[in-house]
Amino acid sequence: MSNKMDKEKGNQTIYFKNKPRIICGYSIAGPKEGKGPLGKDFDYILDNDTYTEKTFEMAERKMVEEAVIGVIKKAGLKKEDIDMMLSGDLLNQIISSSYAARAFDMTYLGLFGACSTMAESLAIGSLIVDGGHFKNVICTTVSHFATAERQFRFPLELGNQRPPTSQWTVTGAGASILSSSGRGPYIECATFGKVMDYGITDVNNMGAAMAPAAMNTLTAHFKDTNTTPKDYDLILTGDLGKFGSEVLKELMLDEGYNIEPVHDDCGKMIFDQRQNTMMGGSGCGCSACVLNSVILNRINSGAYKKILFMATGALLSTTSTQQGESIPGVAHAIVIVKDEGETNSEKVEK
Amino acid sequence: MEMFLTYLTVFLIGGIICFLGQILIIKTKITAARILLIFLLLGVFLQTIGVYEEISSFAKAGINVPIIGFGASLAKGVIGAVGSKGILGIFSGGLEATAAGIAAAVGFAFLFALIFRARSKND
Repeated sequence: MSNKMDKEKGNQTIYFKNKPRIICGYSIAGPKEGKGPLGKDFDYILDNDTYTEKTFEMAERKMVEEAVIGVIKKAGLKKEDIDMMLSGDLLNQIISSSYAARAFDMTYLGLFGACSTMAESLAIGSLIVDGGHFKNVICTTVSHFATAERQFRFPLELGNQRPPTSQWTVTGAGASILSSSGRGPYIECATFGKVMDYGITDVNNMGAAMAPAAMNTLTAHFKDTNTTPKDYDLILTGDLGKFGSEVLKELMLDEGYNIEPVHDDCGKMIFDQRQNTMMGGSGCGCSACVLNSVILNRINSGAYKKILFMATGALLSTTSTQQGESIPGVAHAIVIVKDEGETNSEKVEK
Repeated sequence: MEMFLTYLTVFLIGGIICFLGQILIIKTKITAARILLIFLLLGVFLQTIGVYEEISSFAKAGINVPIIGFGASLAKGVIGAVGSKGILGIFSGGLEATAAGIAAAVGFAFLFALIFRARSKND
């Protein structure tokens, strides 16, 4: 029996019959993000980006730990209630995630999807929860401006100038608890992405590198689910930024879909023009912070009833670009639907 | 008045060189490291064809301090060392001439790294 027959619909999309719910979201943002337009929606804003740690990498790890602790507390649960932690980040060997997981007594799966990690973790978490395997799963990711600069470009100590088309890696962490019981917006389905590479080699133009993957996943999603942009209150991309968003809209028009009326991008939302971030925010933490704060709030308040959240990742490494390789991208999409008062068939247990 | 004109010339020339570098950063995809290299090689070239000394006599610090001056020192050192030591001068000449500059750069960088901590730019 082929795998495709088990899926509810489509080539890349899986429906979750048992409605795994995001029962809680928590966001930690850096000082610059805190001064931005979404500042008041974040659960915690750092005073400075060292978070009282000795190095930026340790601060990034601490952000994951605190996001996990924060979301568990906010949900009214205890650490023992969480069965599994899914996490990823941008650093080599995803040390922020693994070392943060070290602090907890829960099973851990490390993910690498670059900036698509928030969607990837929620999609995989949904499979786990929907399948009845684990009850409460934490999906989290983080990024940090200084660690990303050190790893992908130059350490801050060099005092380098950034070109006008670059994006600003967000210092932020976001965590969601996916549960098989309880109340909250549920994940209806997930469309898993394929790696796409249109030959972009410019590391300062990630938006253009990721847009093809976003287009591919989005069109696959519409075809698999038989929907169009009009069926969603919001199509939210992770960090395509200003330029990448334009590229995506063009690519989608070529495919016959007009996403302009419902599209927004976390990278565009998180910073203000006056904050000098050129093309907007980027990094795994960008979509994680925005989703787990203002977006979940708006879904719960009824401003959005059904959204498509698609985070995109640029899958390069410092070695690959030095060897002359182009930048491939991947994008994963999940559909989040407002809780209309019905509860899952399971009793709410803790 | 003379002194004022000297300062004006020096600052204008240094400023123009930096301005050119800035245009390259904003308008092209050339990385900062490569821009540095372009200016360095410019200095080497100017020294080799013999016009650097003339420019330096009125531009003074305006051209000596930017990396163009460093490139010129490298070239001058190599040319001089080959003259006195022969072929081995190719390897020793450049470093000998710029030793003070390099040592100062490394030394001060280390010193400041000990004293100060890096932090992200705020808006």
